[in-house]
Amino acid sequence: MARFVAKHLLFLLLTLLVVSFLVFTLNEFSPGAVARKVLGAYATQEQVDLLTTQMGLDRPLLVRYVDYVRAVLSGDLGQSARFKAPVRDVIARHLANTAFLAAIAFACIVPLSMILGVMAGMREGSRLDRVILILSTVVASIPEFALGVFLASVFVVWLGWLPGTATLVAGGGWSVAAQLVLPVAVIVLFDAGYVVSMIRASMVEVMQRPYIRTAVLKGLSFRRVILKHALRNAMLTPITVIMLQINYLVAGVVVVETVFAYPGFGRMMLEATLFKDIALVEAGALVAVFLAVVTNILGDLAYVLLDPRIRA
Amino acid sequence: MTDAPLLDVQGLRVAYTTRAGEVPVLTGLDLSLRAGEALGLVGESGCGKSTVALSIMRYLGRAGRITAGRILFEGRDLVSLDEGALRALRGRRIAMVYQDPMASLNPVMTVGRQLMEVPMVHERVDAAAARARALAMLREVRLADPEAVMDRYPHQLSGGQQQRIVIAMALIAEPALLIMDEPTTGLDVTVEAAVLDLVRDLRRRHDSAILFISHNLGTVARVCDRVGVMYRGELVEEGSVRQIFTDPRHPYTRGLLDCLPTSGRDKRHAPLIPIAGQVEPASARTPGCGFASRCPHVETGRCTTRAIALATVEDDAGHRVACVRVDELAQASRRRATLAVRDAQAPTAPVIAVRDLHKSYERRRARLAARKDVVRALVDVELTAARRRTLAVVGESGCGKSTLAKILTGIEVATGGSVTLDGIEVAALPVDARDRTLKRKLQMVFQNPDSTLNPSHTVGYAIGRALRRLRERAPADVPSGVARLLEVVKLGPEMAARRPRQLSGGEKQRVAIARALAGDPDVIVADEPVSALDVSVQAAVINLLNEIQAERGTTLLFISHDLAVVRYLADHVAVMYLGTVAEFGAVERVFAPPYHPYTEALLSAVPVLDPDAAASRIVLEAPLPRGDEVPRGCPFATRCPRRVGTVCDDVPPPVQQLDGGHRIARHIPAKELAARQVPL
Repeated sequence: MARFVAKHLLFLLLTLLVVSFLVFTLNEFSPGAVARKVLGAYATQEQVDLLTTQMGLDRPLLVRYVDYVRAVLSGDLGQSARFKAPVRDVIARHLANTAFLAAIAFACIVPLSMILGVMAGMREGSRLDRVILILSTVVASIPEFALGVFLASVFVVWLGWLPGTATLVAGGGWSVAAQLVLPVAVIVLFDAGYVVSMIRASMVEVMQRPYIRTAVLKGLSFRRVILKHALRNAMLTPITVIMLQINYLVAGVVVVETVFAYPGFGRMMLEATLFKDIALVEAGALVAVFLAVVTNILGDLAYVLLDPRIRA
Repeated sequence: MTDAPLLDVQGLRVAYTTRAGEVPVLTGLDLSLRAGEALGLVGESGCGKSTVALSIMRYLGRAGRITAGRILFEGRDLVSLDEGALRALRGRRIAMVYQDPMASLNPVMTVGRQLMEVPMVHERVDAAAARARALAMLREVRLADPEAVMDRYPHQLSGGQQQRIVIAMALIAEPALLIMDEPTTGLDVTVEAAVLDLVRDLRRRHDSAILFISHNLGTVARVCDRVGVMYRGELVEEGSVRQIFTDPRHPYTRGLLDCLPTSGRDKRHAPLIPIAGQVEPASARTPGCGFASRCPHVETGRCTTRAIALATVEDDAGHRVACVRVDELAQASRRRATLAVRDAQAPTAPVIAVRDLHKSYERRRARLAARKDVVRALVDVELTAARRRTLAVVGESGCGKSTLAKILTGIEVATGGSVTLDGIEVAALPVDARDRTLKRKLQMVFQNPDSTLNPSHTVGYAIGRALRRLRERAPADVPSGVARLLEVVKLGPEMAARRPRQLSGGEKQRVAIARALAGDPDVIVADEPVSALDVSVQAAVINLLNEIQAERGTTLLFISHDLAVVRYLADHVAVMYLGTVAEFGAVERVFAPPYHPYTEALLSAVPVLDPDAAASRIVLEAPLPRGDEVPRGCPFATRCPRRVGTVCDDVPPPVQQLDGGHRIARHIPAKELAARQVPL
């Protein structure tokens, strides 16, 4: 197990190094480009040159990269031009908001898709199976923004039951809880649809395995066969996918955050990109990659814990 | 209830719904089983024997349906029972043992929990009592260290141990009926022998009746009192083991027995007689005898107009046959084939010479483990294959026989030593580095033709491609070449247009042989070519290989675990154990004393048809050592029933040269061995 963790941590470090270099290079490749991005299209070439010298941007790329890595390691991620605050604080604040949303969504997605996936897959071709399969396919294939706009027009515009934005500032008569309902609903519907079909497919396959026949012909009740014999086996394949959803929930919900004006990580990245806030984009990319690799490791780890055949 | 049978199947009809409509699989089956009795059901694949088992368990899936008949068990009709009543019976009164024990056990649950579940569910006992029962049962199925086994997962056990677990799980509730569906298929012959002995032994202690389903007639003879022979969903003959095996009456039963390379038969004296034709699909059922189209004694009219019922044979109580001509077909009318073709040329120089061959692999102990093991797949292998002869390589799985084939064909390269093919050194020559002539010299036929024939290519394309590749045929010549090769393997030219899924197992293997023959090879390496085939098909393919050898002078390297087939087909035999050659020599010398103790154990493990066969057999109880646990001395030392002492563990046995090139690696002198061993 120690070897497993060590190997994956090494891989994590290597990935971060490669990605940071790529992001850094893409953003800062041509001399003067950073200053131009900061100052905008209407600045004179003189102003750009001045800022370039001031920021030390005329030095070779590699030297600047080493400096950047050194700064990052010492905890200094730079200053955000957009939010006029240290990048570290900006990311921490938005990441916390996103983590909050993601945690709620994840806590809904996992049990919901497990229950629906297992119920659909345990009797392939049954009416229940077909209903769940069709519903999950439909919700998973509607784009998030369409789903968001649709739900908003029903519950906000038409019924007036819920607020249309989720700014996390309790105001306008809406509690934070009420604000969260729609974003969570969109994420859960969209994502659970996919996870349900994964679990269903795995369950269908498991139900055809000889050990399920053994369990049935031992005289076990159907309920016991499902819970004791099929469930854990059926979760083996989807567990990695489920863990990867954490990554999607944190770094991939840009659309939902934008639709509902949620002050999260995804929207922060979008804004940073639009405002050419280079320091924030670079740091945000590192965070996103870090999360992607860590969730992958978690997925592998969960698989190892579930399947005794992989444990040494 | 003393006289009523425990199980009474009456007029059972089962059909499966397929895209082509409802296909009848069982067409009015009658059989009965008394308490404590063991009935064997034999027949080739597709005859419906497993459907019988699953019908009794009422586990036919959604496609299968019982359309008529009754299954009376302890006086109750299982066909009309509801789910709740079935649950109470399954696992408690009727239990089942399956083929492929690994797949039948839950991979993520310890075997102890899987065992304890049965008494906990059926008898509502607590965990401690269930654990005690499970431990006692594990002891009964002779598993060493039951406490430790309880906490293992199925993948941590060997195939033989897994099957013992499944048997323990079936017997733990003391069922009145035990159904065993091909329980030893896929196990090594020594493991099979041990499992069969266990079943025999358990029969004596528990009074469960057994329904034993197998395609292997020898295993049935070892376990059962009575045998039922099935063909196309019907019981065609039924009787005691002795009646069936010594006085078979139905032409199909006789055909089956004539296909078997039973001990004492070899290609020089008594060729196998395959059954003509092939099983017709269940959907093409005609009135009358199902076997009529393949029967050598068929009489149009009497045999083909109406259904034929089982009738008791005159003066032979308990022996029932479904054949209208049973009285006319006296026992003497069994066919005897004429002498097989035999090439009488004197032995020639070896085509293949293997010397000091080594192959080792590095392997992680588990996916995440730090340590690597060196697995020695081949150690000091030395053997030769003579031109125009058949060299058989036998041994249990993991003995290195397939590794040897891979090195010969260049799929793998050796770690050390030499392999010459017609004088050319090939041990370190991967297949990509071999030129066309060298590739042509040696071709391979594999065990499973399904996975070696591309399903999207026609037969003609597959063979034609080999012709173009190996023989540089002009495109215009290819079709005639394909037709000629199909003729050699006794397939019609129309087969060229078919795709693999339209062929039967035997036909596919013939196509694979035809493809191998495309290059007109000097050597064909056949890795278990008949193991996946039914006996009647197996006989035909073996005969085909023999004829090809006689006509073309091909050298055959025949890799097999089936000693009966080897004894029948081979000229020379190499017995391999854990990567070493334990014994090598002419077939008649290897299969006669003095044996290597391993050869002796293998031979005595072969299930024989003779119901009177002596029970004094050598059963290897110890499992095959893992790759990293091979003893320093004799590799067989951990399991050898004829150990002489610590010398076996510490010193590699010397190779003893005997008459006629026969050599054995062991410590006991040949004379002493010969004195102790009896011919098997």
